[in-house]
Amino acid sequence: MAFALTPEREQEVDDILTRYPARRAALLPVLWLCQRQNGWITPEVVEYVAERLELSTSIVKGVVTFYTMFFDEPVGENVVWVCRTLSCDLRGGKAVQEHLESKLGCSAGHTSADGKFTLLKAECLAACGQAPMVQINDYYYENLDLPLLDRIIDTHAAKGGQAAAAEFSTFASYGAPSGSASRSATSVPPPPTEEAVRLASQPPPASNAPSASNPPPPGNTTGEES
Amino acid sequence: MSGLVKPLLSSRYGIEESWKLANAERAGAYQIARQSLTTRKPAELKDEVKKANIRGRGGAGFPAGVKWGFLNKQEGEEIYLVINADESEPGTFKDRSIMDLDPHRLIEGAIISCFAIDAHVAYIYVRGELAFSIGRLEQAIAEARQAGYLGERPFGIDHAIDVHVHSGAGAYICGEETALLNSLEGRRGEPRLKPPFPAVKGAFGMPTIVNNVETIASVPDIVEMGGEAWSALSRLPGDGGVRLYGVSGHVNNPGLFEAPVGITMRELIDDYAGGMLGDRPLKAVIPGGSSTPVLDPRRKVDAPNETYPLHKWHGKSEIDVPMGVDTYRALGTMLGTCCAIVMDETVNMVEACRNLMRFYKHESCGQCTPCREGTGWLVDVLDNLCAGRGAIEDVDLLVNISNNMMGNTICAFADGTAMPMLGMVQKFREEFMEAAINGVPDGVRHDDSVRAMVGGGA
Repeated sequence: MAFALTPEREQEVDDILTRYPARRAALLPVLWLCQRQNGWITPEVVEYVAERLELSTSIVKGVVTFYTMFFDEPVGENVVWVCRTLSCDLRGGKAVQEHLESKLGCSAGHTSADGKFTLLKAECLAACGQAPMVQINDYYYENLDLPLLDRIIDTHAAKGGQAAAAEFSTFASYGAPSGSASRSATSVPPPPTEEAVRLASQPPPASNAPSASNPPPPGNTTGEES
Repeated sequence: MSGLVKPLLSSRYGIEESWKLANAERAGAYQIARQSLTTRKPAELKDEVKKANIRGRGGAGFPAGVKWGFLNKQEGEEIYLVINADESEPGTFKDRSIMDLDPHRLIEGAIISCFAIDAHVAYIYVRGELAFSIGRLEQAIAEARQAGYLGERPFGIDHAIDVHVHSGAGAYICGEETALLNSLEGRRGEPRLKPPFPAVKGAFGMPTIVNNVETIASVPDIVEMGGEAWSALSRLPGDGGVRLYGVSGHVNNPGLFEAPVGITMRELIDDYAGGMLGDRPLKAVIPGGSSTPVLDPRRKVDAPNETYPLHKWHGKSEIDVPMGVDTYRALGTMLGTCCAIVMDETVNMVEACRNLMRFYKHESCGQCTPCREGTGWLVDVLDNLCAGRGAIEDVDLLVNISNNMMGNTICAFADGTAMPMLGMVQKFREEFMEAAINGVPDGVRHDDSVRAMVGGGA
């Protein structure tokens, strides 16, 4: 089956092409559009992108395989990345991974039997001050403890990625996440010193849910599968 | 000693919905850009940045003003500004806060910088994982365009400026500036041979300046205060201003702090990050991202001669030296991104080292043999040591492999792997020897000290 982007996304490709002086520069953004629509980069997607950007399929495939976030095989409805680099591991990253493996019934690198979750180990996701953390689809979930992690996963399973993101996801957080009252005690700001500026506490994530007019990419990587 | 009376970079973080144009503008956003573009000359702005002595905030610490000075536009060329938001260095989490909480500061900095260096297009290369930050930035750019701050005639002047966000897709190496440029151009993120340097031949073969997010976000303050005044906020000469400090690991209050350049690591841990978790003793701290060699608080600065740059701190602990690009280089490490990973006495350094070397093995782009093979080999040796299959010679093998990686590759990735590896063996050799004899005992896992807190079972 040949792959094609939706008309709206085709429009977006035209728009992307205007941003760069060279057609090839649109390769990563267009691959992202395709993956959001299709869930993963199939051989048909590679052919489509190659034709659209006037490149050879080997060049497209070479780029797809270089980057860890492009999937060249199918993934579950939700992709869970557990950060296991040092800062997270110092705060319990390994415990988070083990808990997820037993909860989802699959080891890292695999997809749960019901197809809902793919569990992957990630290298540093740049949220070290809020460790341990996981990324699920497009969102970060930080300052985790295991009960909070359970609630996040359960909400994904019951209500889907967007609902879970609206309730639990975090961005550039400096205080305790609103979803984790139990952890707030560990995040009391230090007494202000003359020079120190403890950066502001994070507003509740719910109010930061992406606006309808300009949503960040959908939380569900399988998006609008047809 | 200069006191930071009010925050600069993070001054708008606490404002409700600070990422929206109206709210940011009420707190002063775009005033400096308007003033700069309508009343000042590009050369003056460049000069302010040079006088500010701002050392690049991405980790290498190269003076940004000097970098801008390398541009020498030829007939028919176009200059590009590329902003590096591929924040991926383990331990580092500062640039995300700017993008999430004050994207307009970054855009304002980009506008002023484009005007100063005669660029018309800026690309912000954001790591793909930060989809949320990308959404924030795109929204902020749309608002700025709507308001007439970006586009054909920003603030009504005849110098078109536009800013585009380019999403990466998961590759640490794309933080290396030439790998980033390849990725921007739709290629595999493999670093390019230098020279030519990006300022001569960068994005799309054109002269290009690649700066870190925090560097560009500092430009409005530099221009507003004047380069010299901004520089003087620092406690150190030749390394100006204020910066974002991050602390992760075993402290009571991990997080981000804004402070002058030149505070000490001890201050950062004790005064800013709330001290050590559970009051356990500090064992080691990686000062500025995983590629910077580890500091050992037991070690004293050895600079008896008055001509030594660190003489002033002779006999003091390594963590009492002010954090600056030059002071840390003299100390045998690097300031890097100024985001520290703090480890208490429960951490086994061989295990911690193995964790980091796995990172490098995973992230090596594979282009150069010493790096591709060396990173994997280091992990193999460390795996053996941890599993009790090691030998005493393995400790020197780690040193040998590292020495053969350094300086033998296209980019600095191999050096960024070898330097912390060598630092670990140099400072914690006895622990590596112990592992070579007995392995790392079962149950020693570097998250032990927080397992109870996380709620993890045995």
